[in-house]
Amino acid sequence: MIFLTTGTQIPFDRLVRAMDAWVAARPAPAPEVFGQVLLGKTGSHAPRNFDWAERLDPERYAALFARADVVVAHAGMGTILTALTGGKPLVVMPRRAALGEHRNDHQIATANRLRGRAGLHVADDETALPGCLDRALAEARRPDRPVIPPVADPGFTDALRAFLTGRG
Amino acid sequence: MQDGPKIMAVASAGGHWVQLMRLSPAWHGLRVCYVSTDPGLGPALRARAEAEGVPEPGFAAVTEASRWEKRRLLVQLLQIALLVRRERPDVIVTTGAAPGYFALRVGRLFGARTVWIDSMANAEELSLSGRKAGRHADLWLTQWEHLARPGGPQFMGSVL
Repeated sequence: MIFLTTGTQIPFDRLVRAMDAWVAARPAPAPEVFGQVLLGKTGSHAPRNFDWAERLDPERYAALFARADVVVAHAGMGTILTALTGGKPLVVMPRRAALGEHRNDHQIATANRLRGRAGLHVADDETALPGCLDRALAEARRPDRPVIPPVADPGFTDALRAFLTGRG
Repeated sequence: MQDGPKIMAVASAGGHWVQLMRLSPAWHGLRVCYVSTDPGLGPALRARAEAEGVPEPGFAAVTEASRWEKRRLLVQLLQIALLVRRERPDVIVTTGAAPGYFALRVGRLFGARTVWIDSMANAEELSLSGRKAGRHADLWLTQWEHLARPGGPQFMGSVL
């Protein structure tokens, strides 16, 4: 199952359209996709080729995330960290400020800095999405999927602890 | 361990919260009160504490507010101020954004030490709140080495 999530703050119509088109273009049987798709006030694209909900409570979100083989999302740090921790191959498309998708282009910077990391596939735009999905789906079938520990490096948290307890 | 410093750990829901959770070993076993913007985060915190056999942490949710929602920001500031006054933490640690900035400013007035950890999402320049927080943080951190400067922010590591 592919889990698409746009977050609950700003719609991401470009990603939803691209995902919908990708599903439509696949030979039967259609791959199972579920989308958390926030719609905008006007002109938003409601998916025609997969099931979706506009909002999910934290438990349902976590359950879908856990069941997913591949996650597709914007290049937000929360999604990236959650996917890497869960060993879920992730396809990210950075939001662009010029298209009204965010207030600035920080997601492009994040994506560029993290590009090439195992488990993370950066689709710079819609045209790169199908290739990224193919690579992520292939990665999902591997037994040695990349996964990161659930917490930060002890070197960092130990130094932070030293400061918190007045020893730093 | 309960005699150690009392920590208030603050982050808005979403990516900031995910990053704060990844730093939680830094205050493991210390008294901690979490503050975020989604009441739904409380149950998971309690379940985790139970699983780890540590005392249940405090948790409070404040109003969610974007930077354009002035009224909601004001409500959020007041809620944070009341929480800081009630909890009297020794140290405030935050990964942002607005509630963390407010907690840091109010905490200072109450004599708390303050830690700002700028979000990893800001890989090209510090966040707006991160830049403003610098003057009010005893420890001012970026998670990107190339953004560290001699006068701060410092780089001590990243959550990834």
